[in-house]
Amino acid sequence: MNKCKEKLMHGIFLVCACISAAAVAMICFFLFANGLPAIREIGTADFIFGQTWKPLENKFGIFPMIIGSIYVTAGAIIIGVPTGIFCAVFMAKFCPEKIYRIMKPAVELMAGIPSIVYGYFGLMAIVPAMQNIFGGSGKGMLTASVLLGIMILPTVIGVSESAIRAVSDSYYEGSLALGATSERSMFFVVLPAAKNGIMAGIILGIGRAIGETMAVVMVCGNQSILPDKLTSGIRTLTANIVLEMGYAADLHRDALIATAGVLFVFILIINTLFSILKNRSSDQ
Amino acid sequence: MEIAKKSVVLIKPYSSVKKPDIPKCRPMSVILRILMTASMIISAGVLVALIGCILINGIPALIKYSPSVFSWEYTSENVSMTPAIINTLIITAISLIIAVPVGISAAIYLTEYAKKGSRLVKLIRIAAETLSGIPSIVYGLFGYLFFVLTLGMGYSMISGAVTLAIMILPLIIRTTEEALLSVPDSYREGSFGLGAGRLRTIFHVVLPSAVPGITAGVILAAGRIVGESAALIFTAGTFAAVPDSLTDSARTLSVHMYALLSEGLYTEQAFASAVFLLLVVIGINALSKYAAKKLTDR
Repeated sequence: MNKCKEKLMHGIFLVCACISAAAVAMICFFLFANGLPAIREIGTADFIFGQTWKPLENKFGIFPMIIGSIYVTAGAIIIGVPTGIFCAVFMAKFCPEKIYRIMKPAVELMAGIPSIVYGYFGLMAIVPAMQNIFGGSGKGMLTASVLLGIMILPTVIGVSESAIRAVSDSYYEGSLALGATSERSMFFVVLPAAKNGIMAGIILGIGRAIGETMAVVMVCGNQSILPDKLTSGIRTLTANIVLEMGYAADLHRDALIATAGVLFVFILIINTLFSILKNRSSDQ
Repeated sequence: MEIAKKSVVLIKPYSSVKKPDIPKCRPMSVILRILMTASMIISAGVLVALIGCILINGIPALIKYSPSVFSWEYTSENVSMTPAIINTLIITAISLIIAVPVGISAAIYLTEYAKKGSRLVKLIRIAAETLSGIPSIVYGLFGYLFFVLTLGMGYSMISGAVTLAIMILPLIIRTTEEALLSVPDSYREGSFGLGAGRLRTIFHVVLPSAVPGITAGVILAAGRIVGESAALIFTAGTFAAVPDSLTDSARTLSVHMYALLSEGLYTEQAFASAVFLLLVVIGINALSKYAAKKLTDR
């Protein structure tokens, strides 16, 4: 009886553990089963490198969206990563206890704020500021980059801080003993030693930024054209899906699902990079 | 004599050299320090600005439209958020009911049963990591394709809740695993030594001592559900009232806010719901912290 129960529960636990693997398989299957035929119908080159997205004229080129996603993500990295790393070093080493006790929960809170609230903040605070500085609508690539830069801050700070803390103190002390200042020791000895962990944090941030939907859709302007300047409106892959899925039908709908498929491939690549780096940093 | 004198002369200048005070006069150190301080001020400033922006705009709106914005039924006049709040609670509850047992069981398998380095465990870990990286809009589309269309559940609370359950699964697995791993092996050995079976050990010894950590993870997951919007629009839909059954469409507070914003008519009411959303998230974060602290206190 008892043995039976043990065996049964073992089985149940095993099944539950396999559910996550099954979920990944199902997501892959459903995205590609619906997306690939659409890509085939549109033509792979026309779909990925086509420059016009006009569903009414049966033109489904997502190249502007791919470029848009890459641009805003790059912008977010340029803005968010240096800020995040400097902040992480400060929090890991130079921060007085009192400030740390406020900053740590503040960063955690930032990570927990819903993206729709960030989008709202962008719409109400960053967009008007951009209007004042650059004129125009205020919505566009730069605004989206700034907002995404803010949104990836907690990820970058959190992961970098723990990577820096994981570096053995002897590195820092050795460098001090050789006559370096404590800042120099942190930035030129400890930081390079923590580089794999920090890179993992950055890649996690990239994943966040490229997959972000609700915040971006509010501030990026949503024009599906190739941007020619920093302030011009763009549309990301995610924005494309959320804007048009509500009323799309037939090939248009399948093209949107294929867009999600492309996004999924991006995420898979980013995830693979992330796990490679993470394994490398735990090997050290 | 001569030599001794010389050595005295030699020693003297060294001992009279002042201790070099390094930190203050090196330009690079100063610059780095300024950059660090600036980054920290920016990060903290952004958070303060965000909370300030929402409270300053939202609280007057909340007062202005009270109590009609909290009235029981949604109409296009009062744009009430009460139904959305109730829907949020229901969807959160269902998602947790589905995801928590599955997630905890999966974590138990990974920590207590699985052999280290087995291929299956590796596969499950990679899968969980992949799941946690998938953007919510992709979950939304998957939920739409699988639950709404293929299983014929339609735009409904249950489709939304199941989609979200899959979304929070990796978070629950990871936090539970961490909590289980932090239970010292001596507990397990003690239990086995007293003759308890594996199952009894898990349910009566290991799990109870991991409860605070698991709770912290579950609360975090609840926070993600409350804040989620992209995954719900195409699964639970955007119907603005409390539905009669779980198979009907309903919007949560985040979706409510998105709907108000994209309609562009009720910006002030959207502010009011943003205040509410923010307060809930702050509360959830504090709760999760409290639970996690209980774990480390013991």
